[in-house]
Amino acid sequence: MKKLINSPETVVTQALAGVAAAHPSLTVDIENKVITRAAGPRNGKVGLVSGGGSGHEPLHGGFVGYGMLDAACPGEVFTSPVPDQMLIATKAVDGGAGVLHVVKNYTGDVLNFQMAAELAGDEGIEVVPVVINDDVAVEDSLYTAGRRGTGATVFVEKIAGALAEEGADLAAVAAVAREVNDRSRSFGVALSSCVVPAAGKPTFELGDSEIELGIGIHGEPGRTRAPLTPAAELAAVALDAINADLAVNGDLLVMVNGMGGTPLIELYLMFNEVRQYLEARGGRVARNLVGNYITSLEMQGFSVTVCQLTDTLTRLWDAPVDTPALRWGR
Amino acid sequence: MDAVVFRAWIVTVAEVIEANRDHLTQLDAAIGDADHGINLARGFTAVLGALDAASPGPQTPGAILTLTGNTLISKVGGASGPLYGTAFRRAGKALGDAADVDLPALSAALDAALAGVQQLGAAREGDKTMVDALAAATRAFGKAIAEGASESEALRSLVEAAEAGAEATIAMQALKGRASYLGPRSVGHEDPGAVSTALILGALRDAARAGR
Repeated sequence: MKKLINSPETVVTQALAGVAAAHPSLTVDIENKVITRAAGPRNGKVGLVSGGGSGHEPLHGGFVGYGMLDAACPGEVFTSPVPDQMLIATKAVDGGAGVLHVVKNYTGDVLNFQMAAELAGDEGIEVVPVVINDDVAVEDSLYTAGRRGTGATVFVEKIAGALAEEGADLAAVAAVAREVNDRSRSFGVALSSCVVPAAGKPTFELGDSEIELGIGIHGEPGRTRAPLTPAAELAAVALDAINADLAVNGDLLVMVNGMGGTPLIELYLMFNEVRQYLEARGGRVARNLVGNYITSLEMQGFSVTVCQLTDTLTRLWDAPVDTPALRWGR
Repeated sequence: MDAVVFRAWIVTVAEVIEANRDHLTQLDAAIGDADHGINLARGFTAVLGALDAASPGPQTPGAILTLTGNTLISKVGGASGPLYGTAFRRAGKALGDAADVDLPALSAALDAALAGVQQLGAAREGDKTMVDALAAATRAFGKAIAEGASESEALRSLVEAAEAGAEATIAMQALKGRASYLGPRSVGHEDPGAVSTALILGALRDAARAGR
């Protein structure tokens, strides 16, 4: 499998060196794998820390900056970071008002962030974790590890980040993060597998005309295999699954997200299908994102995330943000 | 069994995991995210480095296992880092400062490891996880000791039960971890965590055998 790398072992650290070189607004601790705002913590502001496996760029490091995250901890590819780096990040961003951990619901991420929160607590830093679990492809029941955290993570980081920037306290920032998660749902479709650099071959095999419905962001399978159908039908499959769980009416924030290997022209085409589906059911796409925001290496496919907006959430979404991957209003 | 045996155990684990790196990763690709062998190999390489770098190095079986666990938690990430790290830490703590470990003490340490894993991961037997290998192994080990088995017999029971426990996961539907997302499609695949647990316990038997 062809990749632009020097060796599988050095992918993450060498990419971080590139992030550091490209973005003077960020401070990158390459050895510990922690990305923070170069400006440092602001006194009295709640700190926002997120993290997870690498391979989902721009998530999370690309969302560090004004109005969004204070720090990100990238792990190895598709492997959650370790408690030590989360603790370093938490201490680095603590401005005395406590720290919010934005955690995607995967067993490894939850366990490591839990350990990090305990370590931070020992050092006198108040940490509140918010676990993101928006992926409707997974049945949320006693029989699974629960819904996975996917696209809603971007919405949570933006909106909670905006409220923290306004000076809200930790309880309020955590509450809005949970509200966004509760009001958001996602569904993903894969047309091809990703290739973990250290594995060197596709995580799963799909036939020429086969797709995986309900794909996770690590190439882990979803609900079922199916033959490839036109985009309009794929949009309906994804949105039917979402709509069955959360009514898609009213003002909506909608993201059509590429998995890393999908041309933008196809994402725009898909966004148009998504918009038509939603409008036919009384939904209005009040705000949108179309592009690659939470990827799975070179996987081809898309995910759609829908969030039911409120006036407050819309205001916080529109608030200024200045990060490598999301920037407006400033 | 003294510190020499326990150090040999960890060295053997690193070798066995490296030798099975691709196999474990393949098992994980089938029902997870294709990184189990990679992560454990990375972790135990770091453990060997930590054992060599420590000055003075850990002198007791308990200290060796505690350093192993701490390093896995610090270096591995994912679910396997905290889970295996906790297993080794709890086992190390249970062994205390003893310079020599007899069978009942080792049995108690493995029970403590299992309890730590279950407390953290909330998995039960039958969920298609490492617990299926570890629980079967500790049970068989305790029974063999109670029946008066020799060290080599007891360790053979431990490993055979772990391997049988891992194999039993093939027929199970995953209820915990990333494989649970597959639902019924997880049936028919051996759980990579259960397989690595059997490999780690197999390395204990081999290290003890070589140390006699």
